Amino acid sequence: MRSRIVILLVFVLLVAACAGGSSEVEVLRLATTTSTADSGLLDAILPAFEEEHNARVDVVAVGTGQAIELGEAGDADVILVHARAREDAFVAEGHGTGRFDVMYNDFVIVGPGSDPASVRGVPLATEAFPAIAAREATFASRGDQSGTHSKELALWEAAGVTPDQEARWYKSLGQGMGDTLNFSNETGAYTLADRGTFLSQQANLPNLQVMVGGASIDENIDPALLNPYGVIPVNPDKGNIQGELAEQFVEWLTSIETQEQIEAFGVDTFGQPLFYPDSEPWRNR
Amino acid sequence: METIVRALADALRLLGELDPALVETVGLTLRVTLGALIIALVLGIPIGAAIGLARRLPGRALIIPVIYTGMGLPPVAVGLFTYLLLSNQGPLGRLGWLFTPTGMIVAQTIIAFPLVVGLTMTSVQGVDPDLRTQMRALGATHRQVALMTLAEARIGVTAAVVAAYGSIISEVGAVMLVGGNIEGETRVLTTAIVLETRQGNFALALALGIILLALAFLTNFAFHRLQVRQGGP
Repeated sequence: MRSRIVILLVFVLLVAACAGGSSEVEVLRLATTTSTADSGLLDAILPAFEEEHNARVDVVAVGTGQAIELGEAGDADVILVHARAREDAFVAEGHGTGRFDVMYNDFVIVGPGSDPASVRGVPLATEAFPAIAAREATFASRGDQSGTHSKELALWEAAGVTPDQEARWYKSLGQGMGDTLNFSNETGAYTLADRGTFLSQQANLPNLQVMVGGASIDENIDPALLNPYGVIPVNPDKGNIQGELAEQFVEWLTSIETQEQIEAFGVDTFGQPLFYPDSEPWRNR
Repeated sequence: METIVRALADALRLLGELDPALVETVGLTLRVTLGALIIALVLGIPIGAAIGLARRLPGRALIIPVIYTGMGLPPVAVGLFTYLLLSNQGPLGRLGWLFTPTGMIVAQTIIAFPLVVGLTMTSVQGVDPDLRTQMRALGATHRQVALMTLAEARIGVTAAVVAAYGSIISEVGAVMLVGGNIEGETRVLTTAIVLETRQGNFALALALGIILLALAFLTNFAFHRLQVRQGGP
């Protein structure tokens, strides 16, 4: 009996210790896409926010689809994603208080050096995709409802080609960008990738080259390949939402100071930024 | 709570409709799991029995800890190893098994094999050694002694089968890496669950989980019937 009381006391003390420790700093739950987390951008810029607001940012890096679900369920305070149509729907349905431009980068079509579909240097994605389909060259699709997957489907639609999901050349993987690039590197497939992830993994992808989109965003002349990111504070009406901190986060993320950091990120390592600042304060500076 | 209710409804609906994508996924799951299980059993039971019965085994002090460690191999590490083995740059790249069900069976076999060896070994060791002495005295050959001992240890060997089956049907890390989760080619139940979860389709993901559990239960139910018939628990 006595030992049970002792165990109970220890348990209560432990719980109290945990609760006491976390009440000091506020926690902001940020649901975002793997591209912002995997590229290392968030690790580079978030400490400044955490220090400034005496807060901790818990980053949940998932696909855009799941990030939006997390916001809808009230399991995140703020979301940072890249699928414009779904972002607008999220706000229109009242799940978020507003959508704000943050930054952009671009997509490229990469493929094997042998280039069986002869799409190297084709200017527009909507010209390259039909060529790949016509040759039935292997194409790896993310197939995971991510922002990149949504973009890929939109490009097929714009090109007027509907890849048959059953077709042997069209591989719907249901995996992240990194895994999809590895798959393409191994099997000699074409795929649509965000330039940031491709650049950060390029050293491990000896068989893949950029076919459409050029060597940097300045050479990418297809506006359809732009990849804008938006940030949305989750509607505090859902309850248990750090509404005020989320608004402060948006203000900080779109501030000129943070935008400068975003522009500088990756230049040392890759010779070009991985993300280009594009917030309203930045454009009006 | 709402998600859980929706998941149960989804699971029943998918099963009721015999959704073609689901049937394909379940079929591949069973094909890969049973393929790997059979190879692991055919190789693992004789080796496990031989180690368990060996009177003097050189390097025993090393072999047995290695087997025990193998019983807890991290599946994702096995997946990575198999991936590198089968990759274009790997030693077996020419086989073209990466991102195919065959490659998935290779990885699953590596996971299941030490489990079968280890559990067969311990169940054989649990058989009364006097029995072997008696059989030998009666003039039984090595092979006959081994078969008789395995028959005595059958309940333990069935446990080996159940453990191996359970570990590979529920495994996700290795099949994701080696198979690539390609729709209609290498997507199994566990990788489909990961995919649906990532997309935020929690109810559908949970429904697939329920179907996976049901599949595991049905097979284990059959195994248990076998055990009962052999006089087991």
